[in-house]
Amino acid sequence: MPIGMNIYRPDWLLMVLIFWNTVLPERVNIGIGFLAGILLDVLLGYSLGLHSLAFALVLYVSSANHQRMKNYSIWQQTGVIGLMTAFYSLLVFWLQHWLTDAYFHFNYFWPIITTMLFWPWVFWLLYRAKQKLIL
Amino acid sequence: MKPIFKRGAPIEIRLFLAVVVAVGMLVADGKFATFQPLRNVLTSIVTPIQYLASLPTYFFTESSQRLRSQEELIAERDAFINEIMILREKEQRFSILESENAQLRRLLDAPVKINLPKTVAELLAVDNNPYVQQVVLNKGTLNGTFTRQPVIDDKGVVGQIVDVTPTSSRVLFITDISHAIPVRNQRNNTRYILNGSGNIDQLSLKFVPHSHDLLVGDILVTSGLGGIFPEGYPVAVIEQVTRDESRPFALVTASPLARLDSLRYVLLLGSSGVIENSNTAERPQSDLLSGANNE
Repeated sequence: MPIGMNIYRPDWLLMVLIFWNTVLPERVNIGIGFLAGILLDVLLGYSLGLHSLAFALVLYVSSANHQRMKNYSIWQQTGVIGLMTAFYSLLVFWLQHWLTDAYFHFNYFWPIITTMLFWPWVFWLLYRAKQKLIL
Repeated sequence: MKPIFKRGAPIEIRLFLAVVVAVGMLVADGKFATFQPLRNVLTSIVTPIQYLASLPTYFFTESSQRLRSQEELIAERDAFINEIMILREKEQRFSILESENAQLRRLLDAPVKINLPKTVAELLAVDNNPYVQQVVLNKGTLNGTFTRQPVIDDKGVVGQIVDVTPTSSRVLFITDISHAIPVRNQRNNTRYILNGSGNIDQLSLKFVPHSHDLLVGDILVTSGLGGIFPEGYPVAVIEQVTRDESRPFALVTASPLARLDSLRYVLLLGSSGVIENSNTAERPQSDLLSGANNE
């Protein structure tokens, strides 16, 4: 993928975490999010704890509402995913701003739109995977 | 009795714990950098993932390298032969100038410059991180890489190593918002600090008085004063000088000479300790030069 596309890259990890949190809230919740966040921080060279904090907060919201999320139609879910991604992107931006004085740029928020566009497909794919694994 | 639904701690308590630990780590790592050893260990553990993630890119570049026509290869070979001839001719003059320079330095009692050892490294991965400008290289401590090692490409300075594991290392670009590099103007030896802007193609000079002799097109080279970068490597070219008298300082932007957005191979300079020695030896010399020029 060309480097220029990087700013449009959807938040894959966030989508996967929210999906598993919705279908298996007892197994995938804040703890897994925290660990995944640390892994992402180390891999991408962020300050340690930045994504763990963001994932923990987003997964708290998602865990608290997983019953509702389960019963939403795919389009309602897409809207909710958009809100959660926005919350997550803002959290990451605020933390970065606090740490390194990064200033506001709309490029940081493209992933909100691309994540929403990809959600129905990711949901379908993961749902298939889940059926294969569990049944 | 075994419960049907396993229930751990309530999510509020989990959240509280996660937030406390994460904020603690953020303050310790982000603000005070006390987690460097732990970070190095963690990075070493995830290095295989990085190699795995770079496999598709590696596969595509490798296969496009293999599937090339003979004409292309012959044309490339001719271009290389031309370039080698030109470089050899330059080298002939360079070796004479080098020995002459060493002689003159001996006459002045100034220390002779040391030839730094160099390692070639290849780009392993570009971090998908819009806030920090850095890339991962395929050389680590096993190849003699160390933190704060200067990195250059064939045009100019790229940046410095910030994280290092046994088999990979991470380079912070000179254009990162948190990076600054001491430079001097090649034309008149005035010294400046060159700051990163956060944009990959822009750098800025801070605190430049309006009266300074600085023109568009001037080349900035490393001054060797910071103790990290050796002296005399080209860094950037001045792009714009705005002398607005209502502001305390002139607004000066420069663009990096290294092609940061299309890096493939880079050069790691020096082995641990060598650069520091050569810089401390040169420091009085460069101070003398620029001091004489300011008068």
